[in-house]
Amino acid sequence: MSVQTRSPSRAAQWLNFPHRGVGMWAFAMNRLSALGLAVYLFLHLFLLRQLAEGPSAFDRFISLVRSPLFTLSEWVVVVGGLYHGLNGVRVILTSLGVAVPYQRQMFWILFGIAALGSLAFAIRMFTA
Amino acid sequence: MTAEVWTVTFRVFRRKGAEAPHYDFFRLEVSPDEYVLDAIERIWAFHDRSLVYRYACHHATCGACGMRVNSVEKLTCITTIRSVARDGGEVTVEPLRNFPVISDLTVDMGDLYRSMEAVHYPAVSPVAAAPLPTIPAKDGISPGGPLREEPDAHRLNDCIECGLCVSACPIATTTAGYLGPAVLAAIQFQGISGKPALAGLADCEDGVWRCHSAYECTAVCPSLVDPGWRIMDLRKQAIGRRFRRLFGRGETA
Ligand code: SF4
Repeated sequence: MSVQTRSPSRAAQWLNFPHRGVGMWAFAMNRLSALGLAVYLFLHLFLLRQLAEGPSAFDRFISLVRSPLFTLSEWVVVVGGLYHGLNGVRVILTSLGVAVPYQRQMFWILFGIAALGSLAFAIRMFTA
Repeated sequence: MTAEVWTVTFRVFRRKGAEAPHYDFFRLEVSPDEYVLDAIERIWAFHDRSLVYRYACHHATCGACGMRVNSVEKLTCITTIRSVARDGGEVTVEPLRNFPVISDLTVDMGDLYRSMEAVHYPAVSPVAAAPLPTIPAKDGISPGGPLREEPDAHRLNDCIECGLCVSACPIATTTAGYLGPAVLAAIQFQGISGKPALAGLADCEDGVWRCHSAYECTAVCPSLVDPGWRIMDLRKQAIGRRFRRLFGRGETA
């Protein structure tokens, strides 16, 4: 039996991390959160610009950012920032040759801290 | 005792020349303790003589039989069928990534070999100097044992140039110019202090700084080279060298 196929694109090859180890997951999530944070930065600047357009624009802006959807998006930014920042500590340490054989354990510890931090933020942000 | 027999379907990547790739399916009765390479050889011998694959030593020394088994790089001569399949199941066998496919399961590794030669990766080195960062010696066979005391004892260096690390590396997939884990590990093995040519190769955009710390090279390396650790150590060396140059202490420092 024979089945035709196409060669997977290079982008698709990058997404084969489910078969891979902790390091690849850490790397993929780092990329993903970096892209998210970069997009967020532009959105942030774009929205903040409205502050310069007088009091009525300011009021509209404040009512917009008070919506629950906005709070949820802000929380996603916090999660992305926490993960990216904490994993960044791991990447910096290993890049200096520190604790490289323990990069896996380091990932789990920092991932745990990021998860706990995200939970703490969720409780504060959604129960206020 | 009757030998255990499994029925396993091998889904094998095929491609000849510029032809579009496809998968062929072969159902085989195998012993789960046979190796994936045994099954490939049997497919060639009894089912399809046009299947092209590469192997030589059958004992993890030549580094020729690297393939992707269920999307993960393996030396197929030491990968038991039991470890990648189950009775009645399917196993996908594909050529290594990040190398051009010559035919079916065989890829062109010329670039890797040429780069290893260009950085003068030595075939042997003194046992006493064997850097074994993460593998503590537990027995007399390991280089950390009594052999270490023998002044003339040499050993074959760990890297068998199998290319598994290059295939596993997500950065090698998207950046053709990246030196890659095997070559960087070969540079680290020699050290860059007092070797400006090696230092220049390692300490540049497509050298150690291109790595994004996915550690897949280390995860798949069948020969305890631990390229991930070596790339990070090379970064440390590169930073040290830059600092020394900054304070006017050149290559010899
Ligand atoms: S570093 Fe390991 S995986 Fe890479 S070519 Fe050498 S032996 Fe193979």
